[in-house]
Amino acid sequence: MTRIGVITFPGSLDDRDAQRAIRLAGAEPVALWHGNHDLEGVDALVLPGGFSYGDYLRCGAIASLSPIMDEVVDAANQGMPILGICNGFQMLVEARLLPGGLVRNDHGSFICRDQRLLVENNSTAWTNGFESGAEIIIPLKNGEGGYIADAETIARLEGEGRVVFRYLEVNPNGSLNDIAGIANERGNVVGLMPHPEHATEEGFGPDTHAAMRNGTDGLTFFTSALRTLTLA
Amino acid sequence: MPIIVVEVMPKAELLDPAGKAVAGALARLGGTPFSDVRIGKRFELTVDGPVDDATLAAARELADDLLSNSVIEDVVSVRVADE
Repeated sequence: MTRIGVITFPGSLDDRDAQRAIRLAGAEPVALWHGNHDLEGVDALVLPGGFSYGDYLRCGAIASLSPIMDEVVDAANQGMPILGICNGFQMLVEARLLPGGLVRNDHGSFICRDQRLLVENNSTAWTNGFESGAEIIIPLKNGEGGYIADAETIARLEGEGRVVFRYLEVNPNGSLNDIAGIANERGNVVGLMPHPEHATEEGFGPDTHAAMRNGTDGLTFFTSALRTLTLA
Repeated sequence: MPIIVVEVMPKAELLDPAGKAVAGALARLGGTPFSDVRIGKRFELTVDGPVDDATLAAARELADDLLSNSVIEDVVSVRVADE
């Protein structure tokens, strides 16, 4: 069975939810610890959401220097599928596995909502199960989710199709170009602010137009990774 | 023991919502000559031993690599604190 690791950092909140999402997608979740230099032979990795180290210094900055991040960076460079969700996305940019940075929401407040997203790139390791141009609903909850980068980086991301997800209807945090998530050049490392692990089981997901709490669009992130690994 | 002070500010072109909120409070106080507030960070690095050029260079490197993120912040000052 495909094994997908979820790294728990001090202050991680959604590690258990990510493990559950992996199980629902049909893979075996493996709990990994930030302080170990060991990925335990997993096939893919999720860096979960939360408030590692209390968001001290900058969101994700201290976690990006955790012992296990040496192995994460090596695995990323070797092409392992790695998904950073919210605080995990912040860690990936702090570790320079993804470009740009995330700053406090432009309106200054924490925001929590069921967010409509456009899937613009369905060729990454975590999105290949979506139709190109699919519109999905994924819960979003953050205080520092404003994506920024210099003009040159934004142009490169746009030109290379590396904007994977874009906010639809509402830009919830002032992200440049409504960017919700991006990928590295190879498409194996993906980071986004919304939380796909919270949209994996009917009755416990976001509200959709069809019914309350029945959104399961997030499951496709994890089944996509499974498909990537099966095809590899 | 000597202390090296590192100051980091959000980039000028970026919104600083925390500073903006304080500026809003200033406006409500009224009667101050201040028109804007920006909030940055001050780090105090305690040095084990005397400060020389190498120590200051190490502090600058730390400021660039860890204490700031050049995507969103600028290191505005690295200096030895006054006694």
